[in-house]
Amino acid sequence: MEEVDVEPTITNIPAISDGKHMGFAWGPGDILVYETRYKASGSGCSFIHEIRKDEDIYSPILRKLFNESHHIFVGLQTIREDLPSKRDVNAQLVRKNPHSVFYSDIHFITLFSGTILTLICFLLKVSILLAIELIWNLCEVLFIDAAPAGSLLLHLLDWVRLHKADVDEKAREVLQSESPAEHRDYWDVVVSYVLQGRLEEVRQMLVKQANLQPAARSMYKQMDTLLSKMPFYNPGGTQTLTEFDVKWRHWHEEVDRCLQDNSFASNRHLELICKILLGDEDTLLDHKELLGTWYHFLVTRLLFCHPTVKLTELHYYAQSCMTMFLDSRSVPEPLDNILLAAFEFDIHQVIKECSIALNNWWFVAHLTDLLDHCKLLQSHNLHFGSNLREFLLLEYASGLFTHHSLWQLAVDYFDHCPEFGRVYLELQIERVPLETERKALKVLRVCEQRQMSEQVRSICKIMAMRALRNNRLGSALSWSIRAKDAAFATLISERFLQDYCAKGTFSDLDLIDNLGPAMLLSDRLTFLGKYREFHKLYGEKRFREAAKLLLSLMTAKIAPQSFWMTLLTDALPLLEQKEVSHQSYLERRVTAWCCTLFYIIFKSHYSIHCYC
Amino acid sequence: MFVARSIAADHKDLIHDVSYDFHGRRMATCSSDQSVKVWDKSENGEWHCTASWKTHSGSVWRVTWAHPEFGQVLASCSFDRTAAVWEEIVGESNDKQRGLSHWIKRTTLVDSRTSVTDVKFAPKHMGLMLTTCSADGVVRIYEAPDVMNLSQWSLQHEISCKLSCSCISWNPSSSRAHPPMFAVGSDDSNVTYGGKVQIYEYNENTRKYAKAETLMTVTDAVHDIAFAPNLGRSFHVLAIATKDVRIFKLVPMRKESTSTGPTKFEVQIVAQFDNHNSQVWRVSWNITSTLLASSGDDGCVRLWKANYMDNWKCTGILKGDGSPLTGSSGQPSAMSTVLGSSVQSSQNALNGMSAGR
Repeated sequence: MEEVDVEPTITNIPAISDGKHMGFAWGPGDILVYETRYKASGSGCSFIHEIRKDEDIYSPILRKLFNESHHIFVGLQTIREDLPSKRDVNAQLVRKNPHSVFYSDIHFITLFSGTILTLICFLLKVSILLAIELIWNLCEVLFIDAAPAGSLLLHLLDWVRLHKADVDEKAREVLQSESPAEHRDYWDVVVSYVLQGRLEEVRQMLVKQANLQPAARSMYKQMDTLLSKMPFYNPGGTQTLTEFDVKWRHWHEEVDRCLQDNSFASNRHLELICKILLGDEDTLLDHKELLGTWYHFLVTRLLFCHPTVKLTELHYYAQSCMTMFLDSRSVPEPLDNILLAAFEFDIHQVIKECSIALNNWWFVAHLTDLLDHCKLLQSHNLHFGSNLREFLLLEYASGLFTHHSLWQLAVDYFDHCPEFGRVYLELQIERVPLETERKALKVLRVCEQRQMSEQVRSICKIMAMRALRNNRLGSALSWSIRAKDAAFATLISERFLQDYCAKGTFSDLDLIDNLGPAMLLSDRLTFLGKYREFHKLYGEKRFREAAKLLLSLMTAKIAPQSFWMTLLTDALPLLEQKEVSHQSYLERRVTAWCCTLFYIIFKSHYSIHCYC
Repeated sequence: MFVARSIAADHKDLIHDVSYDFHGRRMATCSSDQSVKVWDKSENGEWHCTASWKTHSGSVWRVTWAHPEFGQVLASCSFDRTAAVWEEIVGESNDKQRGLSHWIKRTTLVDSRTSVTDVKFAPKHMGLMLTTCSADGVVRIYEAPDVMNLSQWSLQHEISCKLSCSCISWNPSSSRAHPPMFAVGSDDSNVTYGGKVQIYEYNENTRKYAKAETLMTVTDAVHDIAFAPNLGRSFHVLAIATKDVRIFKLVPMRKESTSTGPTKFEVQIVAQFDNHNSQVWRVSWNITSTLLASSGDDGCVRLWKANYMDNWKCTGILKGDGSPLTGSSGQPSAMSTVLGSSVQSSQNALNGMSAGR
């Protein structure tokens, strides 16, 4: 994305004086800084500061969000290419987007208050999440649903109502009071309902007022009639857009007549409602506090002036509404810019503004992915569409990778980045700390499923080395076997054999007894396994088989030289066993061995003498 | 960004280097007080010093970890003209309970006649190999043929760079597509000739390292150098700390089959930043090579990032402000100002939310 010239953020580090040099070291998810002096001397204040990015992946709220969006992301990737329309994509999502996450979290939030500062952080997070949801829903309406004229307004109306639920709260308060029509917020509620086009509720509220003013009954009846006759487009019905438009104009004219006739002149509230129904700009702008936002103003204005608005006409209205609503003092804020960009169908701008405004890549990455799947990035002439998607997803997933458990979610994201996903995964999965065997096995499973053989080997080697340093030979051996590291397996087998020579027993018998085909990894390991087997046979008094095995060990030449004496010693008692067949053969072999052994000893001894 | 935690390092003199281990759970610090300290990160994120010992008879310039495949191994280099290799010994259970560990010296490398300015392990696929560079302009590559016996190191290569060396960086790529390669930086301050960065490449036939490239455009003293992690690219990216921050792209040119010499590279400069106003002392890449950090004379650490279109810009500055250290650790900064008060109405909606649905 081309960059807007945003100034880099400055983070102040305490206890490092202005002008002193700052050293640093990159870590997983953070950077360490310390005061130092390059090419100079002097004492330093020796503090090391751990600096982290603001995006708080450790927050419990965001955690839930990450999990849910991961679920949706994976579901989206597996949707087939041949789905006929974007509508189907949306249907697949079943509107199970971040929307649902927010509301289920409200209770979670209220439980989690803590200090004031934490609470503020939470509310901020929540307000950011709500803003994100606002943006996301609008993008859905405009880009994915992309409804034709008529339906479009209904969707926008839904969108506004969804994000302005405080009306219902107020309404409930009013209705639960002793005399609702006399409640001080009564008319506010009524007007708010009108502004949202919830005319049924308006009518119900007005009935209460009408009952209080029997003298004005006919006026209220007239208003009620007007309200009940306002046409709303029915997308599933048989009425065409043109027919609806005609009907709507008739109704509009009727309302206008009422106003001109001064039918409501004696009741300023009803007159006000009448003006709103006509979409009078000044009246609407008089009620900024009730509208709250310029986009509410936009939708209300469209509702009462141009309900058959088309997607392509939106941006005219959006810009002018925003300008009218925000007075000259206030400057549009980032959220306003994002929404405006959406109304203007500038997807690229939406993504760019979101990236700047929101620290975490989460939203932008998922939004871009969604748009890419709906083939919207291409159609909007972002020729690097799918690569932008991948860029953002890689950023987001890399951020998750430093978390002690969220890294597992990140794996799926990398899996769906065709160009760089694999290499990013290879690089980062190696760095996952292997605090426990269980965690190491989890990481290994991920690597094995993806045929990342080098990473598998490396992780197993690290675990084997760690076990060996802590003298856990059995564990070291099983990890080397898993790493298919013949050299290391040889080394550990040697240790086992040395241990045996020293102590006379084997440790980790279970492991050695159940090596199976893994035994073939290295000669030394095979010897270890077979030698142990020999011991077992001997212990079970199966001397014939024991002798046979011993014989094969001697002839196969896999016994280390250092072990020959031991083997010979083992052979001797066997020679005395009557059941051992091929006794004479065994005798001959043993004799031959003894000779060879003495020859070697003699030779080395003799050589030493020669050089003295 | 915010300060999450501050650790009192307790060195009696300037800290010259801090190095995280491969998994980011341990770190080593070295200082002019001639000692090295090793710190372990506990489950709750607190750092504890588990070892502290005198390593040299002069300032210790750099400390670095070997890959965990080789065990717990550190190397340090010093003004005292030596480099040393240290291994952690698994101690008595008492020590473990007290959270202490012991490191013992496995070898001292004494070949240099001047201060040893940098020490780095080569990429793990090359085995356990250690590289040092010195102010006498020599790069030395040592190998421990038996990883179980760290007291045996042999000097495999001695490369004279003609200029006083200040830093080395290995190309971390383990791809078969190119032979092992490292870059050396020189802090020689004579600007009349260029070539303060040299790239050496291993030649399978001669079994030696030969100079493949000299960056003639780098004429000022180079203080630090860093190859970026490779990420499957066909070209290499090198960051240099000199009088500014420079990022180079080295594109290997296609070799003729008969050519036996080192690879020829097309050298392109990708970015150059002089925001630090004067000398840049350190550069280093994060793990995914998406961020470069640099530290300079202006006392700041700057973070550089490439956007999608490969345009580099500064995305963050860490600046000492001399303020006293407060007791509490930091909190993420408020983001509300970013989204502004139009979010207020959404926030008000919060009250109606649970009821409304």
